Amino acid sequence: MFYRENGQFKTNYKSDQQIFAVKQDRIAIIALIAFAFIGVPLLADEYLFRAILVPFLILALAAIGVNILVGYCGQISLGSGAFMAVGAYMAYNVFMRVEDMPLIVALLSGGFFAMLAGIIFGIPSLRVKGLYLAVATLAAQFFFDWLFVRVPWFTLDNPAGIAAVSNLSVFGWQIATPMDKYLFVLGFVVVFALLAKNLVRGPIGREWMAIRDMDVAASVIGIRPMYAKLTAFAVSSFIIGVAGALWAFVHLGSWEPLSFDINRSFQLLFIVIIGGLGSIMGCFFGAAFIVITPIVLNQLLPWIGRLFGVEISTAMVGHAEFMILGTLIVWFLIKEPHGLAKYWSMARHKLRLWPFPH
Amino acid sequence: MRLRQLALSAVVAVAALTSALTTSLAMAQAPVQFFPSLTGRTGAVAPNAAPFANGFADYMKLVNARGGINGVQTLVEECETAYLTDRGVECYERLKGRHGGATVFQPLSTGITFALMPRLAVDRIPMITSGYGRSDTADGSIFPWVFPLLGHYWIGGDVVLQHIANRSGGWDRLRGKTIAVVYHDSPFGRELLPIINRRAEMHGFTVLALPVPPPGVEQRAIWLQIRQQRPDFVILQTWGVMTTTAIRQSVATGFPRDRMFGLWWSGAEPDLRDIGVAARGFSAVMMQHGQARDSEVVRQILAQVHDRGQGTGPRAEVGDVLYMRGVVGAMLAVEGVFRAQERFGRGRHVTGEQARWGYENLNITQARLDQLGFAGVLRGPIVTSCRNHVGTALMRIHTWNGTGFDWSSDWLQADMNVINPMVTASAEAFARDNNITRRTEPGC
Repeated sequence: MFYRENGQFKTNYKSDQQIFAVKQDRIAIIALIAFAFIGVPLLADEYLFRAILVPFLILALAAIGVNILVGYCGQISLGSGAFMAVGAYMAYNVFMRVEDMPLIVALLSGGFFAMLAGIIFGIPSLRVKGLYLAVATLAAQFFFDWLFVRVPWFTLDNPAGIAAVSNLSVFGWQIATPMDKYLFVLGFVVVFALLAKNLVRGPIGREWMAIRDMDVAASVIGIRPMYAKLTAFAVSSFIIGVAGALWAFVHLGSWEPLSFDINRSFQLLFIVIIGGLGSIMGCFFGAAFIVITPIVLNQLLPWIGRLFGVEISTAMVGHAEFMILGTLIVWFLIKEPHGLAKYWSMARHKLRLWPFPH
Repeated sequence: MRLRQLALSAVVAVAALTSALTTSLAMAQAPVQFFPSLTGRTGAVAPNAAPFANGFADYMKLVNARGGINGVQTLVEECETAYLTDRGVECYERLKGRHGGATVFQPLSTGITFALMPRLAVDRIPMITSGYGRSDTADGSIFPWVFPLLGHYWIGGDVVLQHIANRSGGWDRLRGKTIAVVYHDSPFGRELLPIINRRAEMHGFTVLALPVPPPGVEQRAIWLQIRQQRPDFVILQTWGVMTTTAIRQSVATGFPRDRMFGLWWSGAEPDLRDIGVAARGFSAVMMQHGQARDSEVVRQILAQVHDRGQGTGPRAEVGDVLYMRGVVGAMLAVEGVFRAQERFGRGRHVTGEQARWGYENLNITQARLDQLGFAGVLRGPIVTSCRNHVGTALMRIHTWNGTGFDWSSDWLQADMNVINPMVTASAEAFARDNNITRRTEPGC
């Protein structure tokens, strides 16, 4: 009834090519962004900002980066944690070593260096595919783990190998309170998500998808595999690098390479698979699932236990959380192999017919 | 159909969550002193971190059985971090405002400590990092909110070298010797190196730094290197399964256990029990206390907590090394509140900020320790001030005899003439990088 594109005629190329072609989508997205910028700060408390929303947004941003590579270009990567680390440590070096370095430039330069690293470690993708490529990108993970632990230059010769930043500000705006942090991160996420959405609709995105679907056929119709694959690695690692810099600067404040270890790479890959390969929206669903479900379970289980008069021990909750999360992941993958984003598109599809499905 | 089910279950989940939050709010009525406990009961370090959490909880129950902190009951709520930094941050955010506000945090993880440090000043909550975290936080005029009470790694490193020097017949006998340091390859492990390197410069021995990537179950290459290079002593700065693996490897490579020394996180029952007799001779520096099964405080915990069916962990572990560290951690947390009550009102709940004053003005005498049941466990006085957030630098060494620990050294005092300049220099570098100015109030 409300969600019909009937009667929305496109009379010029510009309106035909806009990012959200359906008017209701446009309104919904603008409303969502407005709610995130205005409504959420009014509603959420400090815990929600610091412990849930900020990590959720940053991991969603990183997942967008991973999704471009894995979901759109079909190159499986297990090095995303490493590219986050490159972003974090290089942004830190740029920020600390250059006098009066603006924060945003430092964060973007983290993305830039991650992009370089991504291109270099993307070169094997020209020869190897699939699981073999996953193993090759694993090398990036171990190499950068090693580099940031071993070479004291990257941590400004801190004896314990700790990098720390404080007193962040942009144009005189002190990013101190949890709400400031949330808004700052949200700004980045919105800009990058819209950019990514636009990119994957454009020629370059179509090249990536052609490579993903069948690289031989793609090269026959004139797509250069090297260009397509390396641009996917570059764009993907740039976004992952910025997310890594945000994770370090805004979320953690002081960090060690362990924050970007192999588990982070797996986590990002799970986010993308559960959220939906090849879907920008899916990154947000996946990140929400992976970040929020364990925390909800962790708080819900003792409460359920108390309902029945049972005191569940902390260790038991920890183990149960693991098991339930694992079961949920398996269940979701069996029920809907295309990820949570598929539910989203199904819902939209049904909404078109609603309330008269026949 | 499927969509409706999904929507329905989402609504149920949200409803359940809201009511969970409201009940927890409704519970916070009686004035209690809330001590959050970040636990590591699952994950790679569980065998070592769980006894700490048990000891912490049991001592708090004992305080309540004794009548609370001048009548104010203590309350412990646990949050499981599994030794992961981001979960630790989430736990901190979750617990900091509960039950009238957190008194003090003890994260039991160097990674979590680092991530929480910038937040403490904003939230006005102190943190006790007894025997972990940054060593330079001993300088309270730059780190007002952090308290490495009883010792930090530079003190531990200094004492272990003193012990080695004593055994060899003096510092000058160390010249030309080689000391290997097998360490957890993380800020926790590397924090030990500055003091070892400083002492190496002073006394002319060679340091062989051997990092082990966590969790540390693969150490064959490192012990092969030790066999080739034949260091005279090995110092372990390891945690959890890494310690057990290191000692097993030393047995396999034939490096004698009596020339191996751990710091306090690498010398407890879970590390050595399974190896048993083969680990005999391995020593570890203890932050004063070790195993204390027959101490008064353990007797009281058994009688007033475990015998009443309120014990937190297995009864058999009460009095073990890491259990005692939890007890000592809880005791320090409570004593700070006692001290703060003297100033801000006896029998009243104190805020985190007031508790911080208490931790900075501790004066725990030997008589007080005896009264609390810590005779033979700790040695007083523990006196803190703005410039000294450690309180004491006394250590002891204990040695594994195959089934338990024996004390193998007298009380050893770290050389603060060596450590203090390092602390000051490091703290000042931190202050410079982060635009922090030294506190200038009187007495600081």
